[in-house]
Amino acid sequence: MLELYANVVVGGLLLGAVYALIATGLNVIFGVMRMVNFAHGELVVVGMYTAYLFWKLTGLPALAALPIAAALLFVAGYAFQRLLANRFVEAGQHVQFILFIGVALMITGAHAIAFGPDPRPIQGAAGFDVYRAVFLRLDAVRTQAALFALALIAALWAWLKYTLTGKAIRAAADNLTGGRAIGIRIPHVFAIVAGLGFACAGAAGALVAPLFDTQPYLAGDFTMIAFIIVIVGGLASLPGALLGGLLIGVAEALAAALVAPSMKSLFSYALLALVILLRPQGLLGKRSALG
Amino acid sequence: MTGRQQAAAAAFLSVLAVLPAVADDFQLSVLALIFLFAYVGIAWNLMMGFAGQLSLGHALYFGIGAYTVAVLAGKYGITPWLGMPAAFALAAAAAALVGTLGFRFAVRGVYFALLTIAFSEFTRIAFEHWDFVGKTGGFFLRALGPDNRPLVSLRGGATFFYYALLVTMVLGWALSAALVSSRLGYYWRAVREDEDAARAIGVPAFRMKVAAAALSGGLTGIGGAWFGLLGGSLFPETVLGMRMSIDVIIAPIVGGLGSLYGPILGAFIVIPLNEFAKELAQHFNVNGLNFLIYGALLCAIVLFAPHGLWPPLARLLRLETRR
Amino acid sequence: MTNDHRTNANRRRLLASGTASGVLSLLGFPSVLRAQAGPLKVGVILPLTGVLSFPGTATRKGTELAVKMMAEQGRRLDVVFADTESKPENGRVAAEKLIRDGCSVLVGAWDSGATISAAQAAEAAKVPLVVNIGSARQITEQGFTQVFRNFPPSDEIVGKGVDLFKGLLGGSFQPKTAVLMHVNDTFGQATSGAVKGAWEKAGVNIKIVETISYDARARDLSVEVAKAKATGADLVSPITRVNDAILIVRELVKQDYNPMAIYGPSSPGPYEKAFTDAVGKYANDYLVSVPWYDPSRALTKRVLERWSQEFPKDRFELNSGFGWESILVVADAFQRAKSSKPADLHAALRQANIAEHIMFGGPIAFDAKGQNPNIGVPMLQVQNQQPVVVAPASAAQAKAALPMRKWAERA
Repeated sequence: MLELYANVVVGGLLLGAVYALIATGLNVIFGVMRMVNFAHGELVVVGMYTAYLFWKLTGLPALAALPIAAALLFVAGYAFQRLLANRFVEAGQHVQFILFIGVALMITGAHAIAFGPDPRPIQGAAGFDVYRAVFLRLDAVRTQAALFALALIAALWAWLKYTLTGKAIRAAADNLTGGRAIGIRIPHVFAIVAGLGFACAGAAGALVAPLFDTQPYLAGDFTMIAFIIVIVGGLASLPGALLGGLLIGVAEALAAALVAPSMKSLFSYALLALVILLRPQGLLGKRSALG
Repeated sequence: MTGRQQAAAAAFLSVLAVLPAVADDFQLSVLALIFLFAYVGIAWNLMMGFAGQLSLGHALYFGIGAYTVAVLAGKYGITPWLGMPAAFALAAAAAALVGTLGFRFAVRGVYFALLTIAFSEFTRIAFEHWDFVGKTGGFFLRALGPDNRPLVSLRGGATFFYYALLVTMVLGWALSAALVSSRLGYYWRAVREDEDAARAIGVPAFRMKVAAAALSGGLTGIGGAWFGLLGGSLFPETVLGMRMSIDVIIAPIVGGLGSLYGPILGAFIVIPLNEFAKELAQHFNVNGLNFLIYGALLCAIVLFAPHGLWPPLARLLRLETRR
Repeated sequence: MTNDHRTNANRRRLLASGTASGVLSLLGFPSVLRAQAGPLKVGVILPLTGVLSFPGTATRKGTELAVKMMAEQGRRLDVVFADTESKPENGRVAAEKLIRDGCSVLVGAWDSGATISAAQAAEAAKVPLVVNIGSARQITEQGFTQVFRNFPPSDEIVGKGVDLFKGLLGGSFQPKTAVLMHVNDTFGQATSGAVKGAWEKAGVNIKIVETISYDARARDLSVEVAKAKATGADLVSPITRVNDAILIVRELVKQDYNPMAIYGPSSPGPYEKAFTDAVGKYANDYLVSVPWYDPSRALTKRVLERWSQEFPKDRFELNSGFGWESILVVADAFQRAKSSKPADLHAALRQANIAEHIMFGGPIAFDAKGQNPNIGVPMLQVQNQQPVVVAPASAAQAKAALPMRKWAERA
């Protein structure tokens, strides 16, 4: 029994780290610009297909596609925000929803048309590898994915904290008017933020591609998990996204083990509802962050 | 309604009334589906227009309505004439619950939308594990025998459903129109425009909003009930899933949120477009075309016609309501 | 997928005729103008895309081969395919579309949920539906008069399979406990329900210690397999499709769970090429009891030979086999009815009695509910990454290797 639960919890933590990366991307977009990016899961799937294609064409492990996926999505995010979405930052959230749902549907449709709806697994010998520690069995691919995810999250935090652009972003997030007043180029900053958010999603996609068979319709699940984590962890709180990710990862794994695997999302949605009703700023978020 | 509007409506309805004489069964089923989603769009619009909140989880009420009528008819032989009011009641109760919680805790905007999704998805997963409704395997109505009387079982051929749903859509529209110009409608608009001011003059804002939500949910439940009777098979993924929630909102958004006719126009555009996309997709062996088209349509509306396509059309046909 | 130019030609021809009728239907021409004389128009509903695309496509290939072989015998069928996209509710949509396009008889739909949904439409239009593959008992219990199922219901498959499994017990192979894992959809639920009482009924002393169900769209089954492993059961009984079978075996290997045997009663997946390709040497020793083609019959041998010419890179198995037989059933009815009217075909199907066919079992005939009661169910085991018949003894191609070899010991 102990072995079962220990392994399940560890597995949940590893997956949770990757979820946290996805959520961090959303958190950056949602937290800074208050944009409801309902297409976030689709961006993760773009990253997955990038990694899949890379593996198919070169035979190298999907991990090597990480920088490509991240770069591609950064550019896409920057362009999208600068050319299109900046107009909608001040628009009502209802309008944003529709825009992003439309974008999400288009991306999913494009994937299905281009690659077909069939799941595309990335097969590798590494798929069977396991790291052993006492009675713990750590899936090799998952462990690598988790480590890279954590590294990327840490790198993003550091960048936001120590660089000039990073500080500008945090300033804009805290106080938009003030930010404008001191001359921060808001359209450019927002575009960078979108680029970073998209890049996180894309990178997470590349990490997750060897774990889950790539297919266009996974996107919805990723979007919902990202929103659940961001809200539970705390809006505009990067540590919240990490904590939330790990928490949700473990919670789903435990729910699967204790109750029934097919019911695991039931608990995440219940948690989402409870947090929205009772503590909307999430675990680590600030009340003032709520628009 | 203006004189012009009345004439246009009369002409429109007359055409629809006699269409079955010239249309084939498939065309009648597509039209029935148009009427259904126009009706559900009108119902959803009540939540949006009167309670002022965007619900992305309307599949919850749709599914509850569908299962209520189907289970009562399929398991207990209870006629849908009794099943439909039950469906309305249960769906309205669910909507009242969501509304009460949401409005009580001042949940707004994206949070409200996510709350509705959470309730809807939670229920979907619950139904997938509930023996009583057949779990994921689905719930199936028995085949119609040769002695079936459509007016009793509320199931029949394409022509029957065409008229049944046409009537439903017209009734839904009429109810919506009556509410808009009623005292209730004025209260609702007051609450939506400025809740604090409305409260100040004694409008029971909270109860009004919950009532709007309940009505929206209950009517959607009836739409779901028809959907179940139409298809004969219900799966949680289909009637309680996110795809259905999105299908519910596309017609009213494309047609226009602010108006009574928007959802109807929207349905007449979106459903045939979807059928066309599916035909194309099957013939060119392409999957996902209808997603792409839906997405492009939504983006185009948001960018170029954020109030929907009814306002420009109304201006063109000189059917707009003079203020 | 094989890009055999002959398959492409067939596909193009089918698509062209489909496009023509599709365009006409969009323009609103009533079906009367599009009715065709001559060959019988058959609508085949299958999951050609989505999670069920592997078996769906295999069934399609079997169907296409049969159409070709029937045509060579002068029995011409004009077959149109419709894709359910692996979604059960699309069964009805596909059926309605095919009926509208003038099909006098339907075949389908591989997945139980889609089949029942299609049956609703067939029943309403009074068009016969020949079920090629679909194992939920409900298919023939809902009162449909138009359904003719040439596939056994899951409880029958499970019952017959368990009887054969009993015969494999003995010596060092005596499992006492079992853990049941099943996909959470119409098929999975029906089959697991059947399994639960089956051991007792067969007098086999195996206790099911836990039942673990998982979402049909699950991307990762590590927790499910961890739970199974925690039970320490001697026998793992997965009721799966291809993708989940692959995921389960991968996890069993990674978590080093070595049961005495893996036995999937009535479970698609383990005999399919996609499975054996994906897990390689770890596929061996997997037991599965499903209806299968009878390699000893002359007709089967001819079909296998033609298959290896048409589809050299694919494996002929359950899906292609029943896809093939469904066309045999339709062609036979057409020949006897001498008419393409649905009502006449329906009457002919009622009278069907086909002794010469390719799957295990007695002659193809349909009882009052539309069920063929004569279908045989052998026990297969994957050996050298190929499925072979290991029971009953009269049909066995090889001896069963039991208990299962440990993962770490496989070459």
